[in-house]
Amino acid sequence: MTRESVAVPCRLQINGQDYSADLPPSVTLLDLLRERLDLTGTKKGCDHGQCGACTVLVDGKRVKSCLILAVSIPDSVVTTIEGIAQDGRLHPMQQAFIDADAFQCGYCTPGQIMSAIALLEEGHIHSRAEIREFMSGNLCRCGAYNGIINAIEQVVSRQHRNQAGEAA
Amino acid sequence: MNVISTHIGQPVSRIDGVAKVTGQAKYAAEPHPPGMLYGVVVNSPIAHGRIETIHDTGARQVPGVIEIMTHLNRPHAALFEKSYMDGLGVPGAPYRPLHDGEIHFNGQPVAVVFAETFEAAREAAMLVRVDYERWPHNANFEVALHQKYMPSKTRSNYVPPKPRGDAAAAYALSAVKTEGRYHLAPEHHNPMEMHATTVIVEDDGTFTVWDKTQGPQAVQAYLASALSLSKDQVRVRNPYVGGAFGSGLRAVYNVFLATLAAKMLKRAVRVTLTRPQMFTHAFRPEAVMDIALGASRDSTLQSMIVKGVTDTSRFEHNMENIVIWGLINYRCPNATADYKVAPRDTYTSSDMRAPGAATGVNLLEMAIDEMAYACGMDPLAFRLHNYSDIDAMHDMPLTSKALRDAMAQGAQHFGWHDRSMIPGSMRDGRELVGWGMATGIWDAMFSPTSARARLGQDGRLHIATAASDIGTGTYTILAQTAAEAFGMPLDRIDIELGDSALPECPTEGGSWTAASAGAAVWLACHSLRTKLFAALARCKNAPSWARQDSVKLEGGALHGMNENAQDSLSLSDALSLTGQDVLEAEETAKPGLRGKISQMRKARFTHSAVFCEVRVDPELDTVRVTRLVNAVAAGRIMNPKTAASQIRGAMVMATGMALHEESLMDERVGRFMNHNFAEYHIPAHADIPDMDVLFVNEHDDEVSPLGVKGIGEIGMCGTAAAIANAIFHATGRRYRNLPIMPGA
Ligand code: FES
Ligand code: FES
Repeated sequence: MTRESVAVPCRLQINGQDYSADLPPSVTLLDLLRERLDLTGTKKGCDHGQCGACTVLVDGKRVKSCLILAVSIPDSVVTTIEGIAQDGRLHPMQQAFIDADAFQCGYCTPGQIMSAIALLEEGHIHSRAEIREFMSGNLCRCGAYNGIINAIEQVVSRQHRNQAGEAA
Repeated sequence: MNVISTHIGQPVSRIDGVAKVTGQAKYAAEPHPPGMLYGVVVNSPIAHGRIETIHDTGARQVPGVIEIMTHLNRPHAALFEKSYMDGLGVPGAPYRPLHDGEIHFNGQPVAVVFAETFEAAREAAMLVRVDYERWPHNANFEVALHQKYMPSKTRSNYVPPKPRGDAAAAYALSAVKTEGRYHLAPEHHNPMEMHATTVIVEDDGTFTVWDKTQGPQAVQAYLASALSLSKDQVRVRNPYVGGAFGSGLRAVYNVFLATLAAKMLKRAVRVTLTRPQMFTHAFRPEAVMDIALGASRDSTLQSMIVKGVTDTSRFEHNMENIVIWGLINYRCPNATADYKVAPRDTYTSSDMRAPGAATGVNLLEMAIDEMAYACGMDPLAFRLHNYSDIDAMHDMPLTSKALRDAMAQGAQHFGWHDRSMIPGSMRDGRELVGWGMATGIWDAMFSPTSARARLGQDGRLHIATAASDIGTGTYTILAQTAAEAFGMPLDRIDIELGDSALPECPTEGGSWTAASAGAAVWLACHSLRTKLFAALARCKNAPSWARQDSVKLEGGALHGMNENAQDSLSLSDALSLTGQDVLEAEETAKPGLRGKISQMRKARFTHSAVFCEVRVDPELDTVRVTRLVNAVAAGRIMNPKTAASQIRGAMVMATGMALHEESLMDERVGRFMNHNFAEYHIPAHADIPDMDVLFVNEHDDEVSPLGVKGIGEIGMCGTAAAIANAIFHATGRRYRNLPIMPGA
C-alpha cells in the first residue's frame, strides 16, 4: 500500500501575522506551532487534553491546542505566549508570575499564563477558590499553585485599582 | 566561611524568569536543527519474552518514513552491561536498549520509527507489528515479597541499619504497644515536560545532545561508554529542564536511542516520549513497612522494630534507605531494622524526590502518631518527649538540629495548642475537621563541585558550572552567591549551567546543589578577585591607590579606601589597565581535611515540622486539605522566595502521595495501566490550599562551606504523614496505606 500524503489548506492569523500553508490534516495546532513555526513557547505535556501546558487563545478563548487540528479552524486568530508582550514590555500577567514566583521549572508556565489571561476575560475571579477551580485544567508538577493564584490576584487587584483610578 | 550578606538570603526573583514567562527558554525537545528527523518509539506490550518477528513493511510505506531502527539493524553499541552503568550506582546489569530480542519489561523499546515529520513517524509507529514468544512473568508485589532478598552488592548510598539494645525483648516488656503494616503505592515522577532528546550532528561529526536530564556530564559519560565514543565526541546540554524530581537522574532510553540513530543516519534526530511512555521507565518503588513500637506508661519509646521492603526489577537491585529514619531521629534505647528488595518483571524502580525518606519518614510518622494516641499523649508533645539531640542510630552528634524550634514555631503559627485531642471532636458545620502533624528529616549533603568565574571587557561577571536547574532556582542562587562574593550587582552577572563542557558538577539531586555549587562559585569569585587585585598591583599605569591593599570591590567597581575613598575605577577600565581581555579563575569546592573530619564525627540532616488541617465530608468521605504549615530547619537559606517555592512544591507532591497518586499495575501484562493524567492523579489547583512555609533560624558553619543544607526534598518528608494523621483526627479511622482514598 503506497499512499500520497494529503494536504489541506490552512489559514490562520498567529500573533498578528498571517499564516497559510497546505498541511496534512493530522497536524495539531500545537505541533504546527512547535514543529513547523518554531513557536516552542507553547508546551506539550500530554498531547491528550489532560494537562493544559499547550493552552493558547483562539479568537480570544483559551483552548488546548493539542486537541485542535490546525486545518479545522480556518481564519482564526491564534495568540501564543510569544505574542502577549507589547513592544518588548512584558504583559502584566507575565510580570506578576515573576514577582509572585509562580513557577519553578517553567514548563507549565506559558499554559498557565495564557489560561490566566483568558480567566480574567471570563471573569471567574471573585475569590481564590473560584480562581483555583477555573485554573484546575492547568497542572503544575512543580507545585507552584500558590504563587500562580497570587500572581492572578495581583493582576486582578491592579486592574481594579486602575479602573477605580479612571472612574475617579 | 564568614558571609556578610547583601545578596545571599535576599528574596530575589528568579533571574531566568523572563526567559520562562516569554516562552524563550529552550527545553530538550525545542532546538530545531535543519533536516531533523522525528523518532517515535514502539514499546513492548509484554513483560517477559523474546521478539520473534518484526513486521515493518506497512510502516515503511508511510510517506516520509526514513528508517525503522530495531535490534536487528542498529549500528554498533557497547556489548557488555558494565558499559551501560551510570553514576547512580544501582547494582546489577543495566538495561541495554535495542541490544537483542529479549524482553525484560513491559514498555521496553523494540523499534524506533524515524520520519521527516512527527505525524508520519507517529502513524508509522502504529503500523509496526511485532510477534513475541511470551515467557512467564510476575508483576504482583505480594508475590514478589515472597522472593525478597538482600543484594550481595549494595548501592553506594545505602545506609545499613545499625541496631541497638534488644528491641524484641524491650517490645515484649513494653506497657504500650502498636504494630502495623504500612504501604505506599508506586508513584511516577511525571514532570510536566516529557523526556526528550534532540541530537545535532556537528560539521566535524561530533554530537551535541540536548537532553532532559539532571546530569549532563553523567549522560555524556554514559553515551560515550555505551556508544563506544570518546567523551569529546559528545556534548550534552540541558540549560532548561521542565522538572524531573529524579526521573532524570539516570539516562532514559530516549537519549541512547536518539544518539544511536544520529550515528546511524548521520542526521539530526529528535525522540520525545509520550505521556504513557513516561510510565515505562523510572518510578518510586512500591513499599511495605512493618512497624512495631513499644513504650512505657510515661510515653517513653522503649522499642522500635522496622522492617521494610521496596520493589526492584529482575535485572537491577535498586535500594532505598526507608527503615533507618526513626532509628536516627528518636531517642529510643532499643531499636532494630531490616531491609530487603522484592523483584518484579518491570523496569527498575528509581529515585523520586526524597528517595527513601519520602517513604520511610512518612510511614514511620504515621506509626508514631498511632503510638502517641495509644499513650494518650498529644502527638507534638510525644515527639518532644522522645526527641533525640544526636543521630541516635550512629550515636553521633549532629552539626545542628533546630527541630525543637521548628516544632515550636510551626505549632504557634498553626495554632496547634487549640486542638482537642479526641478524634472526630472538631467540627465545622457538617464537616469533620482534623489537625495532624509530623516531623521530617533528610540528609544534608555536599559533593565536590567546580565552577569558573570570568571577568570580560564588558565588565560583566560570567559564572559557569555543569549544574542543572530543574526548577530549583539554581541560576538565581548562584548569581546571588557570585554577587556577594565578588561585589557585583546582580544584573551584571551571567550564569551558564546545563552543559557537559562546563566545569565539573555532580548530577543534580539529593538537595546538594545549593551547598556544593554555591561553595564552588564562592571560591571561584574570591579567587578571581585576588587575581584582579594582584594584576593591578603589578601594573605600572594603574592609579597608585588601586595598586595597594586598601582597595575594595563593591557594587561592580573598584574603590579606594581612607584618604582615597573618593577614587574609583570601573571593572572594564581595570581590566584594560592590566592589558588582558579576560581574567578567569576556576576552583573546586571540596570538604577539605576539616570537612572530612567533621563528616566522620558528626551527622548532618535537614529537619522540619509539618502541621495540617483537613476537612472530611462525613457522608461522602471526601477529604480536602485546607491548611498546611511547614517549619523547616535547613541551615542558611540562600533565597527565601525560591526556597519557599521549593518547599511548597514538595508539599504539593506529598499531598499527591497522601491522597491521589498511585500507579496501578495490570498484572496480566505487567504494565502500569493508568498511564496518563486522567487516570494518574496529581494535585491540581483546586486540591491545594494556601501553604505557609517558615524557615527556622539555624546557624551551622560546619555542615557545608556556606552553611547551606539544601531544601529540595525536605518538604516531602513528613507532609504526607501530617495529612494522614489529620484524617485520623477528623474521622477516628486509621489508614495505613498511601494514598488514602476514604471515599473510593
Ligand atoms: S498537551 Fe495539551 S493538554 Fe496536555
Ligand atoms: S513550573 Fe514546573 S510544572 Fe509548573
